[in-house]
Amino acid sequence: MNLELLQSAAADNRWGALFPELLLGCLALLLLVLEIVLPKKHHSAIPSVAILGQIALLIALIVHFRTGFIGMTTFNGLLRHSVEGQFMRVFFLLTSILVSILGVVSLSRQRMPRIEFFHIVIVVSAAMMLLVQSHHFVLFFVALETVTIGFYILVSYYRTNPLSLEAGLKYLIMGALSSSILLFGIVLLYGVVGNPALAPAGAAGSMDFSSVRQFLALHPDNFLAKVGIVLVLSGVAFKIGTVPFQIWVPDVYQGAPTPVTAFLAVGSKAAGFAVLIVLAGVFAPYQKLVIPVLASMAVATILFGNLAALTQFNVKRLIGLSGVSHAGYLLIGVIAAYTDPAAIGAVYFYLFAYLLASFAVFGVMTHVSGSNDAEQELEHYADLAKTHPFLAFVLAVGLGSLAGIPPLAGFIGKLMIFLTAFHAGLYVLLGVAILGVIVSIYYYFGWIKAAFFASWRLPAPAGEAQADLPRVAVGWPAKLALGSLALGSIVLGFYQGPLVEWLVLR
Amino acid sequence: MTMHVDLLLVSIATPLAVALAIFAGLPKRYSVKLAYLGFGVPAAIALWLWSRFPTNPGDTYVFLSAYDLGLELLGIRLKLGLNGISLPLFVMAGVVGLAAGLYAIQSGAERLKIYLALLLVMQSGLMGVFASVDIFFFYFFHELALIPTFIMVGIWGGRDRSYAAMKLTIYLTVGAMLSLIGLIIVYYQSGLESFDLINLRQEAVANPISATAQKYGFGLLLFGFGILVSLWPFHTWAPLGYGAAPSSAAMLHAGVLKKFGLYGLIQIALPMLPVGASHWSGVLTVLALGNILVIGVITMAQRDLKQVIGYGSVMHMGYAFLGVASLSVIGAGGVVLMMVAHGLSVALLFLLSTCVHHRTHTFDLTEMGGLAQKTPVLAAFFVAATMASIGLPGFANFWGELAIFVAVWKFSPWVAAGAVAGVVISAIYGLRAAASVFFGSPTETFSRVLAQTAPVDLRWGEKIPALILLVALLFVGFWPRSLSAPLNSALQAIYPALKVLPLEIVRK
Repeated sequence: MNLELLQSAAADNRWGALFPELLLGCLALLLLVLEIVLPKKHHSAIPSVAILGQIALLIALIVHFRTGFIGMTTFNGLLRHSVEGQFMRVFFLLTSILVSILGVVSLSRQRMPRIEFFHIVIVVSAAMMLLVQSHHFVLFFVALETVTIGFYILVSYYRTNPLSLEAGLKYLIMGALSSSILLFGIVLLYGVVGNPALAPAGAAGSMDFSSVRQFLALHPDNFLAKVGIVLVLSGVAFKIGTVPFQIWVPDVYQGAPTPVTAFLAVGSKAAGFAVLIVLAGVFAPYQKLVIPVLASMAVATILFGNLAALTQFNVKRLIGLSGVSHAGYLLIGVIAAYTDPAAIGAVYFYLFAYLLASFAVFGVMTHVSGSNDAEQELEHYADLAKTHPFLAFVLAVGLGSLAGIPPLAGFIGKLMIFLTAFHAGLYVLLGVAILGVIVSIYYYFGWIKAAFFASWRLPAPAGEAQADLPRVAVGWPAKLALGSLALGSIVLGFYQGPLVEWLVLR
Repeated sequence: MTMHVDLLLVSIATPLAVALAIFAGLPKRYSVKLAYLGFGVPAAIALWLWSRFPTNPGDTYVFLSAYDLGLELLGIRLKLGLNGISLPLFVMAGVVGLAAGLYAIQSGAERLKIYLALLLVMQSGLMGVFASVDIFFFYFFHELALIPTFIMVGIWGGRDRSYAAMKLTIYLTVGAMLSLIGLIIVYYQSGLESFDLINLRQEAVANPISATAQKYGFGLLLFGFGILVSLWPFHTWAPLGYGAAPSSAAMLHAGVLKKFGLYGLIQIALPMLPVGASHWSGVLTVLALGNILVIGVITMAQRDLKQVIGYGSVMHMGYAFLGVASLSVIGAGGVVLMMVAHGLSVALLFLLSTCVHHRTHTFDLTEMGGLAQKTPVLAAFFVAATMASIGLPGFANFWGELAIFVAVWKFSPWVAAGAVAGVVISAIYGLRAAASVFFGSPTETFSRVLAQTAPVDLRWGEKIPALILLVALLFVGFWPRSLSAPLNSALQAIYPALKVLPLEIVRK
């Protein structure tokens, strides 16, 4: 390689395009440095540094939303910057801020090292940002692995809890398996795309998304490519937890610390969907294959998720399985996007409504859970409305929005998905989705019922005090966060404003 | 005009604003005072708009206004207005809301503030349902009113409240979901991709929706709305729910919110999907007769006052469905009049049955008797309400049922005979319930209750809401034209334009 070529390659490394990821990386390192430098009594301030730093970055990102890099490909085709990418950056930053706030609440009840938690959360968020902007299978895989490895640590973070360790092990095995499937798919695609006999002159071997798409359009019936596509989709399906790759969800969601469960449920799933939307575009020439695969996954996912959630009494498993069904609804949006491009906007809106509602629910769960984070039963919510009206209100709004009850944001999200599905003629999927929504009402309202309606509790045996349910008072940062999440769900239900306009128009 | 434009929004926003203020932690003294405002303002606005409403509106909406809330691209706007069909229901919602609110304020319920706030949210949704010209918001406001119902049944309910709340939730969600799909079909098949009812209707006249889509769409709307209106055999949530619901919630739900489904059938489904309607009218007739005859017989077997009223309300919905199935202007007009009358009378009955319970401490009809001697005013109100719901001339119900019978007679004399048999059934259970509460000699157990606490007659706090409802029933009963003139004008303009429904004239 001569010097000129190297220089031209280096000139394409526009580091400015990566400022959020770079700053997040610096912030993560700063936390570790602070832990060494600061005296021990000041260590409690470090999580605040993490949260405030991220909030500052969020503001900077929103102010600087329309960067000049939008529409450009940088780093020699590794990254592609788009408005969707900017949206997801904001989304992930919001996610990691909320996870950090929940982390402060949850970690206060555990005897665990603190700082590393925030460090890893920030690094994983940065990796997610890179993941959704990747334009090349190599960066795609590296970013995905960074996210996954971060989660291996986070899931088993409460290492004194056997369930957390078990969850970590399960996630490790399943994650490794899914990564290898994904990698195998990528290798197969590489094998056909890199075949000089098939590829157009000069483009052989390039694994960036646009040349893969170009190749697929030229060879619409290549067997190896088909296998590769299915395997890549399967790898992504692991991340978003769709049937038949949902097997890890209930155990891992139950065992993982509640903030991490929230991170998995929202961040990891959203990253999976953002990537899936990009990949669905790349695989568009193979629609005839992709649509049936995704559609059968969607049907199975909605049915399995809702029916399995019906029987749960542990709220973490319940929310995990209900999250599976949400992945199913979102898949419908992804499929509809092939016929109706507005569906992409619907998926993003749904994800955002899902973020608001899920974090509201997880926030309440963090406060209601005792020191044993994995044991959170429905019965722990008895009389929550009397003892903690604020938490009960937030819970009701969050669950109502997840269930898709008007006037909350979740309803608008579902309505947009249903509208686009109808437009795209996906009547069967629509019917299954409606069925799923109806079933889901039962368990969501069962949870609300547990929290609101006066229930009979086994009286304590004579001489013993009635065991108090494990609940903690709500501190003001958490109160502020939960309050704005609930308010966001309500306001977005009444007034969608520029968000929808922007998402649909783009 | 601009003044009226804002009034509809004010009638929706006032109760909601008061509710939010109460949720935000307003002290109790001010909460109750503001609650008067929250229930009074919509009623006052409804009556004022009624007085200003043209007698001959035709196919136009009055007091129109529109606001963009961000879903403009999907063809959704908050568009408010009233036409001849929605005006009677809007007025009824205001009046029943006022009565239910006044009754709730003096009821001394536990955690009264929250109870009133939820009731106010419900009131806001009810005003919104009938004031919406946009189908999306029509649906949206219905759900807004529905959520407080679940909560009120679950927290303040009586026997079996937890089970009843859950059953109510599931049934009504199924109904709402089915009708939502039906509405989406209308939205897309019209080719407009707009939820604006005015545009949709014009488009349906110009380019009717394809026959297949009409059949599916009307079927979904019929069963979706039907579940919400307790169409037989999907009615089981209703008596259970009303039995458990606190009285003001039952008044608002059975009286007003339940009418959402019928209103949707008349305002949206019949004009937009006439082919679908004629396809389903046979099935609907059979189910409606099920409502009247099967539920009528079941009602006769009830021994619990609240169950009699709950089942009786399910039974009366059968008449309304028959009116829809007759596919005629006079039938549809009869349904609207009947909805108004039924809303007022069933609310009155629920209110009075709670008053009875406060004095007898039981709903069991076999354990009462002779209450009229102690509480003559209550007895007079109750007998009047019973007469109204049977459909005696002089009360509003008479006109609605009469118009429906005329329409059904044209449609099929045999069905009309079945429907008239229902009147006899409703007279039997209604009068028997009134008789066993108020007349005859008290049973042994009841004498003991009476001896412990001597029953007092209706207090002013109970009398005023009851009086509001009774006066409204009599007003419409003696001057039906005040509602039927604009109604008739609107229906004639909307229906014959579609050239499928026979043109008839609502009796003036």
